[in-house]
Amino acid sequence: MATLHARSAARLMMAPAVVLLLGWMLVPLVMTLYFSFKRYLPLRGGDLGWTGFDNYVRFVTSSSFWPSVQATLIIVGGVLLITVVLGVLLALLLDQPMWGQGIVRILVIAPFFVMPTVSALVWKNMFMDPVNGLFAHLWKFFGLAPLEWLSQASLFSIILIVSWQWLPFATLILLTAIQSLDREQLEAGEIDGAPPLARFRHIILPHLGQAITIVILIQTIFLLSIFAEIFVTTQGSFGTRTLTYLIFQRVLESQNVGLGSAGGVYAIILANIVALFLMRIVGKNLDT
Amino acid sequence: MARAVKNKQKIINTVAAWGIGLLIFFPVLWTILTSFKTEAQAIADPPVFLFFDWTLENYAIVQERSDYMRYLWNSVIIAGVSTLVGIVVAVPAAWSMAFVPSKRTKDVLLWMLSTKMLPAVGVLYPIYLIFIQLGLLDTRTGLVIVMMLINLPIIVWMLYTYFREIPGEILEAARMDGASLRDEILYVLTPMAVPGIASTILLNFILAWNEAFWTLNLTAAKAGPLTAFIASYSSPEGLFYAKLSAASTMAIAPILILGWFSQKQLVRGLTFGAVK
Amino acid sequence: MNLKTTLCAAGALALVATAGANAATTVTIATVNNGDMIRMQGLTEDFTSSNPDITLEWVTLEENVLRQRVTQDIAAKGGQFDVLTIGTYEVPIWGNNGWLVSLNDLPAEWDADDLLPAIRSGLTVEGDLYAAPFYGESSMVMYRTDLMAKAGLEMPDAPTWDFIKQAAAAMTDRDNEMYGICLRGKAGWGENMAFLTATSNSFGARWFDENWKPQFDSEAWANTLNFYMDLMTSYGPPGASTNGFNENLSLFQQGKCGMWIDATVAASFVTNPKDSTVADSVGFALAPDNGLGKRGNWLWAWSLAVPAGSDATDAAKKFIAWATSKEYTALVASKEGWANVPPGTRTSLYENPAYLEAAPFAEMTLNSINAANPKQPTVDPVPYTGVQFVAIPEFAGLATQVGQEFSAALAGQQSVEQALEKAQALTADEMEAAGY
Repeated sequence: MATLHARSAARLMMAPAVVLLLGWMLVPLVMTLYFSFKRYLPLRGGDLGWTGFDNYVRFVTSSSFWPSVQATLIIVGGVLLITVVLGVLLALLLDQPMWGQGIVRILVIAPFFVMPTVSALVWKNMFMDPVNGLFAHLWKFFGLAPLEWLSQASLFSIILIVSWQWLPFATLILLTAIQSLDREQLEAGEIDGAPPLARFRHIILPHLGQAITIVILIQTIFLLSIFAEIFVTTQGSFGTRTLTYLIFQRVLESQNVGLGSAGGVYAIILANIVALFLMRIVGKNLDT
Repeated sequence: MARAVKNKQKIINTVAAWGIGLLIFFPVLWTILTSFKTEAQAIADPPVFLFFDWTLENYAIVQERSDYMRYLWNSVIIAGVSTLVGIVVAVPAAWSMAFVPSKRTKDVLLWMLSTKMLPAVGVLYPIYLIFIQLGLLDTRTGLVIVMMLINLPIIVWMLYTYFREIPGEILEAARMDGASLRDEILYVLTPMAVPGIASTILLNFILAWNEAFWTLNLTAAKAGPLTAFIASYSSPEGLFYAKLSAASTMAIAPILILGWFSQKQLVRGLTFGAVK
Repeated sequence: MNLKTTLCAAGALALVATAGANAATTVTIATVNNGDMIRMQGLTEDFTSSNPDITLEWVTLEENVLRQRVTQDIAAKGGQFDVLTIGTYEVPIWGNNGWLVSLNDLPAEWDADDLLPAIRSGLTVEGDLYAAPFYGESSMVMYRTDLMAKAGLEMPDAPTWDFIKQAAAAMTDRDNEMYGICLRGKAGWGENMAFLTATSNSFGARWFDENWKPQFDSEAWANTLNFYMDLMTSYGPPGASTNGFNENLSLFQQGKCGMWIDATVAASFVTNPKDSTVADSVGFALAPDNGLGKRGNWLWAWSLAVPAGSDATDAAKKFIAWATSKEYTALVASKEGWANVPPGTRTSLYENPAYLEAAPFAEMTLNSINAANPKQPTVDPVPYTGVQFVAIPEFAGLATQVGQEFSAALAGQQSVEQALEKAQALTADEMEAAGY
């Protein structure tokens, strides 16, 4: 049993991590809150005084606000859907006996090592370019007019690029989870003559529940703040302006730090709503 | 008969898995191939796959323009040191969460994760001002600190999930034998957790290596890592696919090779406690 | 060891120490990854060999990243750079804020009076020159002489928009990936909005009236945008809404464009046989007009400036004086040929027979630059300066958002009316926020 001594030692050992993260959270947060109530325009001389809630009102009433929330949710949701569904299928396939499993795993894992800027540049120029991209050549080969990916299917293109980067992560976690599944249980199901689909639904899927939750949680944290992929490809045009990108435009392109900071506060609120929602589920699933 | 069915199944599996694997890998492969073409061949219509005049000129041009080794070194230092410092801070925290849990342990853990949700763009200005005050702009130290803080929640969480799987009885036995807390962590816990720590290090090294917002915005000439290197090759004038590919290959090659060699360690630990 | 040698040794040490202190002057240069800048980076040995006490550090970034980094740094007073590569948009605003060091005291042999008047006045605020032009540009029509001949047409030196449309129609052959005209469509204040704002001048449109009221609800803007949209959807390449300067350059070099209206500096790239498949059949003409007295050409100069607060001001000035000098031009000419020297900054270059010989586009470039008037950019009077931009701090953010609406219209996601309506609303909103 944990003694009193152990408890205070434990608290001491947690202290560095907690203090560091508290500082990392509070200092920028307080400064962001401070700026958000200011008219702060660096190009017009900096601090131009307090403005109350003006920035907050202006940020939400701007015509770009709701579309940006929507774009954020579509991208996060789309990527999660694709990576989880394909991840499960791919993990199931990779779990089967085959030749050269190790090499296939190496191939599948590769996109995870590619930095987002590079992957966005490669996809944008060498695949999605409507004249010189490989997709354009492929489409023409089949006698179709090349698709203008980044303008006509902008959201889908971004979802595709980001999913490519995160599919390996989902697949690996799910694969490890499947491999830990009790073989005997599966084989018993096989002998009972349960059809593959039923086996999947009643034995495999429940077992994967927790792994899927983890995938969703971790990915959401990273996906809410994707930036490089949009900056490199569409720069927020064609409905791909996410909340993160909108804040970027306010702070860096318009150099309106006050307005951008108010946006930052909204983004924190949105992230926390999503987080709360997720943690309800994860919290339940994490009880072991 | 059953044997034949099994083999047939295995062939189908192999073909399907290889097909999908190659498909997923293809963009990387295509980038590497393109980096060996001339600019004209890079946009040839129809595209050429393997039968072109292989050339190294793109690599020569890229190297002449920017000092690759300096960027590489910065990447290694920033990703490496930030990960190691993170581990040093996180191991005690994860230990206490795993072995002396309290009612609030899970809340603390989830709170730590939630700090990762602060949108970086929103706090760039405050952080920039702080960095100016502390003289940390364009220093590796500054980036090491930021990278460490960004990844700390993930490190704590991963370590926590590994530690939790270590049976408490072993620790208690050690304690009975008179081991101090320090001994317990150093000689009992750490050896058992080596696979977990290894994969934590790997994952966070990769995350820090690929981080492209802070590394670009807080550096100038001295501390820029490979993410800054690549920023000077996106969309230059004229034909650039081959040069872009060469620069891209140079930027991802080190981490790709490291990742492949260590993928067993990485995969083993990449469970976040999802596997019991 | 006697006293003398000791003293000598000490003296030598002190000398070494001072030399060491001098060698410590590091000049950090932030620059854009354009061809001329890359070339400059390759030629710096000429500078460092005569200035051994100065070390140059380069930060070469893609245009958008560069702007973001440099603006952020100067606005927050981060002091990371000693030389900034900025344009005619930033210089007046930053100079006014006192963020740049005056370059009036550059040495006499640098010869400020040799700078083209239009360019020089764009970089001067109240008598102080705040940036030295590295290369200057306007915009003009670049076209394929072979295709024009095939179509039985002849390009006048000063075409009208109607003629451009007629020629585009004649040259377009979609089945063979031949597009009559390539224009910028990629959203951004320095991309499609540079082109469209300059073009709108020739249609008699303006961003603001004299009371800073946005004018996107005017008929002139509707005409501009409708004409552009019609031209691009009928005769433009696919994916035009994501094409910027670089994409169009690459298309033109591959021989897929009949005409391209863009920066005059592109002339040396499209006529360079090393990169361009159509090098020997390119002609040039002034940017088109509509008979309203204004042509759709812009004025821009990528320039080098020293931020106030740099700790290496003198060394930075020395570098700038070198990089923008006549001697640098001659150096490039001796290494890469006259056609590749940075154009558009000095009168003497356009009086140099060797240059005029090597650069068939020289005369048209000079005429285009001279035809632009930033103080009076369009037909009606305006309260701002700038041909393809409005020199106020809000413009970059604002025009990028407007550009995104126009780009979406070009991609067919909304009508011209909708795009203009949104542009008007968001411009009014931003101007109100800025306190106009």
